[in-house]
Amino acid sequence: MEFLAQVINGLQLGLVYALIALGYTMVYGIVRLINFAHGDIFMVGAFVGYFGFTSWGLPFPLAILTAMVVCSILGVTIERVAYKPLRYAPKIAALISAFGMSLFLEYFCSLKFVFGPNFRVVKRPFEEIHWNLGGLTITNIQVMIFIVVVVMLIILQYLIFRTKIGMAMRSVSMDHNTARLMGVNVDNTISVTFAIGSAFAAVGGVLYAVAYPQIYPFMGIMPGLKAFTAAVLGGIGIIPGAVLGALIMGQVETMTSAYLSSQLRDAIAFSILILVLLIRPTGILGRTETEKV
Amino acid sequence: MRLSRQSVVILVLAAVLYVVIRSVEAAELINPYWRMVLDQSLIITIGALGLSLIYGFTGQFSLGHAAFYGLGAYTAGVIDKLWGHGIFPFFILSIIAGALFAGFLAFVIGLPILRLRSDYLGIATLGFGIIVKVAMDNSNKLWPVLGGATGMSGTPQVASFDVIFVIAFLMILLVRNFVFSSYGRACTAIREDEIAADVMGIDTTRAKVLAFVLGCALAGLAGGLYAHRYPFLHPSSFDFLKSFDFLLIVVLGGLGSMTGTIVTAVCWVFLLEGLRFVLGQNFIDFRGVIYALILVITIILRPQGIFGGREWKMFVPVINVAGARKEDADRHVST
Repeated sequence: MEFLAQVINGLQLGLVYALIALGYTMVYGIVRLINFAHGDIFMVGAFVGYFGFTSWGLPFPLAILTAMVVCSILGVTIERVAYKPLRYAPKIAALISAFGMSLFLEYFCSLKFVFGPNFRVVKRPFEEIHWNLGGLTITNIQVMIFIVVVVMLIILQYLIFRTKIGMAMRSVSMDHNTARLMGVNVDNTISVTFAIGSAFAAVGGVLYAVAYPQIYPFMGIMPGLKAFTAAVLGGIGIIPGAVLGALIMGQVETMTSAYLSSQLRDAIAFSILILVLLIRPTGILGRTETEKV
Repeated sequence: MRLSRQSVVILVLAAVLYVVIRSVEAAELINPYWRMVLDQSLIITIGALGLSLIYGFTGQFSLGHAAFYGLGAYTAGVIDKLWGHGIFPFFILSIIAGALFAGFLAFVIGLPILRLRSDYLGIATLGFGIIVKVAMDNSNKLWPVLGGATGMSGTPQVASFDVIFVIAFLMILLVRNFVFSSYGRACTAIREDEIAADVMGIDTTRAKVLAFVLGCALAGLAGGLYAHRYPFLHPSSFDFLKSFDFLLIVVLGGLGSMTGTIVTAVCWVFLLEGLRFVLGQNFIDFRGVIYALILVITIILRPQGIFGGREWKMFVPVINVAGARKEDADRHVST
């Protein structure tokens, strides 16, 4: 029972990671860029959601929606300002720019007139309820996270495989120039990808703030890194891979904290990443690309 | 042995630079704080040259450079703290030990993971960096001297400007000579096209591991100097943000340009400290914001880096082609 409870805790963490990992993997799939600022968009999402259901007095779903809108706008703005000028420059330039944006968001949000540098304890918008199912305790927060993430995943699957914009995204991810020749507006498609990815990170941020009720401007670094690792673990650029990788990361972290030592959590998670990469250099679900000479 | 004209120029320039800095110090135009910044900038230069070898010249994306910097710092620091007590030969031995240890670990980790390509290699090295940071945080459980998450102090502070300057100078020469040796050319060929290099008969694994080990050993050496210049070592000084510092120095300087790496490393350290000074107490919070903005704006304006792969002439050894050919011919005649 103890073990099963840990599995559920790991699932809760893994599902939140999945929401962040999706943004990383979609952006990587479409512009081959590690968007380091993504973890900080997650942080902004958490803060906006928190202000939404506390000081602005919005109902919880509306607070999530506000966070999604704000983060989408933020994500698209960052893409237009910092990444678009570098789209056809060496890849590393965009990566440095992404890192710069990440620092910018962190330090800007720590300014006193923005969010301030301190930790804030999140007052949940609803009481935490524990349900006892034959010895196993489940909270309403866990159920809520599960439902929200599954619904989001279904929406994403629909967007990518059943709509015109999804088709455009898939074509741009294969080849920018060919997609352009087929009449796809590449710039807009990339912006939409950033918007969707950021909206997902925003939902992840709000759920994270409710589940682990403490937020601060640098909170995005570690979850961002973990989620990114999860995306690489599953095979970056592949959507089911991101979810799979995130669920594995969630379990590994929770199990290490529960049965070994919470300080070794990160070390074990990254050791597994390195081992997986050595066996499958492009991730678990990654396709091995044959290099043409 | 006859020194070439270029070697004389380099030696004279280094001597002039040394004398200028020394006389500025002697005239007390700079206070101890800025002297520390100056030493720091030279130390960072040594570490950044290591990454320049790995990424700039060999094209192997590493996001874990600070881990090797930290390993060197802790190794050298703990050796000198326990047994050296600041005796000069021991200090030199301890920083060599730091460099060797960093190089050895780079060999052990590099051999398997250098098979990975571009971003995947970056993430694997990032992961290694985080593992090392966790190990440093918990090091006191294995060996209390290392201090773990509370940090380690007590290393004798014997790294003077003279020592750091001489070592930095020697390391610049070392990297310059490596880059233009046949090994260095092999590395550059791998950066341009690994498959083509392989086809040309270059042992790519060997060249990549060699560059990685050498680069990481330089980071370890820089770490050893750091440990002897700053009395307090803490794991958070060697986390992945520090790795990014090295990376952005190499990228902003221009990949494949030693000149760029050296100039950017010195400027970057002075910029960071200068911002603290310019902003004053009231606006100190803006330091991070301005730093980030400078970073983004520079890279957007100069995506190929400030020096964009160009070198100062003195970093390109003049090869006396005619003389070499004559020598070669002589050898053929004699055999």
